[in-house]
Amino acid sequence: MFAVQFRRDWLSLMRARDEAVNPLVFLFLAVTLFAIAFGGEPGRLARLAPAIIWVLVLLANLLSLEALFRRDFEDGTLEQLLLLAEPPFAAVLGKVAVQWCVSGAAMTILAPAAALLLNMPIAALPALMLGLLLGTPALSLIGAVGAALTVGLRSGGVLLALLLLPLYLPVLVFGVSAVLDRMAGVGTTAQFYWLAAISVAALTLAPFAATAALRISVEQS
Amino acid sequence: MTFKQFWHRLGSPKWFYQMSGPWQSAFAILAVLLLVTGMAWGLAFAPPDYQQGNSFRIIYVHVPAAILAQSVYVALGAAGVLLLVWRMKMAQLVLENLVGFGAWMTALALFSGAVWGKPTWGTWWVFDGRTTSTLVLLFLYFGLYALRRAIPAREAAGRACALLAVVGVINIPVIKYSVEWWTTLHQGATFKLTEAPAMPASMWAPLLVNVLGAYCLFAANLVAKLRTAILRQEQGAAWVREWVAGAGRP
Repeated sequence: MFAVQFRRDWLSLMRARDEAVNPLVFLFLAVTLFAIAFGGEPGRLARLAPAIIWVLVLLANLLSLEALFRRDFEDGTLEQLLLLAEPPFAAVLGKVAVQWCVSGAAMTILAPAAALLLNMPIAALPALMLGLLLGTPALSLIGAVGAALTVGLRSGGVLLALLLLPLYLPVLVFGVSAVLDRMAGVGTTAQFYWLAAISVAALTLAPFAATAALRISVEQS
Repeated sequence: MTFKQFWHRLGSPKWFYQMSGPWQSAFAILAVLLLVTGMAWGLAFAPPDYQQGNSFRIIYVHVPAAILAQSVYVALGAAGVLLLVWRMKMAQLVLENLVGFGAWMTALALFSGAVWGKPTWGTWWVFDGRTTSTLVLLFLYFGLYALRRAIPAREAAGRACALLAVVGVINIPVIKYSVEWWTTLHQGATFKLTEAPAMPASMWAPLLVNVLGAYCLFAANLVAKLRTAILRQEQGAAWVREWVAGAGRP
C-alpha cells in the first residue's frame, strides 16, 4: 500500500512539476531578499545564515504542505482511501514520503547553494545538511496532521501556518543551534540526536494523527 | 455511587446541569476567599525580598497565572482524549469553553512577567527559555481558537480541536526542553513536587493560597460556562423547558 501510494503520488507530482518546484524557488527568492535586505555584508550574513535558511525551510515546507491532501480531497480519492478495508496509515505515510522527497530532501540537497548565497563558512555545511536531513522528516510528518485538519477549509493557508509553526519550534531550535555550534567549533552530537528523536517520534505518532484528522475533515464535508 | 457510575453520569449534560449548581457556588466562594486572603497576605504582610525588595510581590499574580496557563492546556488535552476516544458530549463543551480562559491566563502570565522583568532584569522582554515557551503556549491557544472558528460544523470543529489539543500536549514538553536549550535568565520553578521551595514559608504560603484560589476560580469559571453552554445546546429538550418554566426549580 505504501509503495502503490508512493508511486502514484510521485507520478502525478512529476506530471505537475511546478507544484513541487515553486516552494523551492520561493526558498531561494527569500534567501536573496534577506541577503539584499542585510546589505550583502558577508560577515554579518554568515552569522545569520543558519537562522535564515532554517526559518525559510519551515516556511517553504508549509507552502508545499498545503497541497498535500487538497487534490485528493477535492476529487473524492481521499474518501475512497478512507473507506478501504486496509488501514489508511500506510497510504498516508506514502503521501508524506513523496512530499518529503520534493521538500525536505530537495532542500537538503539545495542547502549548500543557499548557504553559498549567504556566505556561510563551508566547514559548517555538513552540520546544516545533516540537520536538515534529520529534521525535515519531522516537519513533513507533523505538517501532514495540520494539512489533514485544514484540508477542507477556505482559509487553509494562514491557518496551517498558525497551527504548525509553534509545533515546528523545537526542530528550528536544534537545527539552528547545530550549525551555530559547528561554526563556533563546539560539539553538535546532542542536537542531531534530538532532531533524530523528534523525527522518529513523529514517524510513529503522526501518521495515526493525520489519519484521524483526515476522517474528521472528510466526514464534515 | 461508584466511580464508574459517576463517570458515566458526568458525560450527560442534563445530569451535569442539575448537579452542578452548588458546585459553581462552592468554587466561586472558595476562589474569592482564597484569592482575597492570599493577595492581602502576599501584598501586605509577607516580608519583602532581600534583593528585589517589594517588586517580588508580582509573584503572587504571576505564578498562579503561569501555572493555570499550563494546567488549562493539559486539561484541554485530556478533554480532547475523552472526546476522540469516548465521544463524550461534555468534553466537547469543555473544549469549546476553556480556550478563552487559558489564553487570558497565558496573557496575564506574560504581562505580569513583563512588569516584573522591568525592575528585576532591566527589560520588559527577554527571549529566554520559560518566557518563550509561555509565548508559544499563547500561540497554541490562538491556533485552537482559529481552528474552531474556521470549521463551520460544530461537531467536526470540536473533534479537530480535540486532535490539535492532544498533539499540542504531546509537543509542549519538547518545546519546553528545546527552548531551555538556551542559557536561561529566568529563575527556576517556585513549586516543585520533589523538593521544598527555596523561599521561606512566610513568602510561599500566601503564594500557595493564591495558586489554590486560582484553581478554584478556574473551576468556578468552567462550571459557569458549561452550565450556560448546556442550556444553549439543549434548549429544545423537555427538561430545559420544564426547568425554565419552573423558574429555577429542577
